[in-house]
Amino acid sequence: MTVAAGSDVRVVLPAHLRTLAGVHGEILVSVSGPLTQRTVVDAIEARFPMLGGTIRDRQTGRRRAFVRFYACEQDLSNEPPDAPLPEEVADAIRAGKEPFLVVGAMAGG
Amino acid sequence: MTQVRVLAGTRKGAFVLTSDAKRDKWSVSGPHFGGWEIYHMKGSPADPNRVYASQNTGWFGQLVQRSDDGGLTWQPVGNDFGYVGDAGTHLWYDGTQRPWEFKRIWHLEPSPADPDVVYAGGEDAALYKSADGGVTWSELTGLRLQDSAPGWQPGAGGLCLHTIILQGSRMFAAISAAGAFRSDDSGATWRPVNRGLHSEGIPDEDAEVGHCVHHVEAHPSRPDTLFMQKHWDVMRSDDGGLSWTEVSGNLPTDFGFPIAVHPHEEETIYVVPITSDSLHYPPDGQLRVWRSRSGGNEWEPLTNGLPQQDCYVNVYRDAMAMDSLDSAGLYFGTTGGQVYASADSGDSWAPIVRDLPAVLSVEVQVVP
Repeated sequence: MTVAAGSDVRVVLPAHLRTLAGVHGEILVSVSGPLTQRTVVDAIEARFPMLGGTIRDRQTGRRRAFVRFYACEQDLSNEPPDAPLPEEVADAIRAGKEPFLVVGAMAGG
Repeated sequence: MTQVRVLAGTRKGAFVLTSDAKRDKWSVSGPHFGGWEIYHMKGSPADPNRVYASQNTGWFGQLVQRSDDGGLTWQPVGNDFGYVGDAGTHLWYDGTQRPWEFKRIWHLEPSPADPDVVYAGGEDAALYKSADGGVTWSELTGLRLQDSAPGWQPGAGGLCLHTIILQGSRMFAAISAAGAFRSDDSGATWRPVNRGLHSEGIPDEDAEVGHCVHHVEAHPSRPDTLFMQKHWDVMRSDDGGLSWTEVSGNLPTDFGFPIAVHPHEEETIYVVPITSDSLHYPPDGQLRVWRSRSGGNEWEPLTNGLPQQDCYVNVYRDAMAMDSLDSAGLYFGTTGGQVYASADSGDSWAPIVRDLPAVLSVEVQVVP
C-alpha cells in the first residue's frame, strides 16, 4: 500500500453533527499519513472544532458508544483506532469513490 | 418596552417564549437544537442577551451553547468537562466503588455580576466554572474531593449536581443523592450542610450525607434563609444551611421536585406536590401549585386555570421560575409539554404552550 500525504477524504456526518458544524451534505477533509479511524476523526475535528467530543469521548478518546464508523459497506467501528483501514477500503476512500461514514447508531427515541 | 423571556429546555430541543409585560400574549421560537435534550438554559443577570444552554444526547454527548442576542442565534462553546487528576471513585448501587464518569451538565448558573462567568453542575457530580463565556471550563475540585464524596451514591436520576446558589464568596450546591453542600471560600472547600434532614430511605435516617435533595432556592435579600424540596419533605434553613426544619405543614404530599421563592416576598414560596416517589404525578389527577406566605407550614392550593381532572404530568426540579416584575410572574413546565404562566403570583394561570416535548427546565428573564 502506498501512503499518500494529505489524502482528501469524503466524510458523511449524521444530521445532528452536520447542523452543529453548519454544513450540508458531505464534507471533505485532508488526512495526513495512513488512513485510520483516528487520523480521519482527527482531521474532522481539526476542520470543525465544534465537533470535538461529539464523535469521541473527551476524556477517554474512545468512539462514543452510539457512534459507528462505516465505509464500503463494512462496519469499521470495532477495529483499533490506529489500525490502518483495510487496503481496499483505504484505496476506495483515497480515490474518492467511497466516503467515510460517521453514523449515529440506531438506538432509542 | 419591557420584554419577558421564558427559556424552556425540553427533551427534544429548546424553546424561547416571549411576551410583553402583560404576559397574556406569547410568541414561541424554536425548537433550537431540535432533537437534543436541553437540560437547562439560563440568562446572565448582568447581560440578559447572554444566554447559556446545556445540550446533550446519548449519541453525541455534551455541548454548551451560548447566545449573545437573547436566544435568536447560538454558537457552540466549550464542552471539555473532565475531572482533574485521578478522579477516584464513588459508591455504586451494588455497594462497589465506581470511577467518576462525566455524563452531562444538569444546571448552568451565570454569575450575577459578570456575563462571562458561569458555573455548571455535572453528572457524575462535579462543579465547573468558566470565566470566558463558556469557552473553557475548569473543575472546582474541592467539592468532589470533599471527605464524604466516596460514599455518594447516585439517585435514580443519576449522581447529578443540580443546584448552584451564588452568594459572593459563599456558595451552595446540591447533589442527588448526596445532599446540600456549602463553601465559604468561593468554591475552594466544601462541607455538607444537611443537619435536620431526615430520610427514611437511607440506613441512617439522619446521616450527614446521603439525602436526596431535589432543589434548593434562596431569596437574594435573605441569603441565610434557604428553602429545599427534598425527595420527601419541604425544608427551610435560617442559618445558611447549618440546620434545617421541616415546613411541609398541610401539604397533601410533601414529595416533589421544584421549589420557588417570590422575588418581592421573602416568606412566600411555591411547590408542586407529587403523589409519591413511585407515582410521579399530582394527587387525584389535579395539577396544583401550593403557595405558602409564611415561609412554609401553612399552604394554600392554587388551581385557577390549571387542569383539575385527569392530569398526570410531573414538574421537574429546574422547571419552575419567577420573574421580577411588580406583579410577579410564576412559570412552570410539565412532562406533558405544557408551560403554564401566572402573571399574578400564582392566583390565576394560563398555558403559554401545550404541546412541547417533555419540559426539563424553565427559566425566565425580564429584559428592559
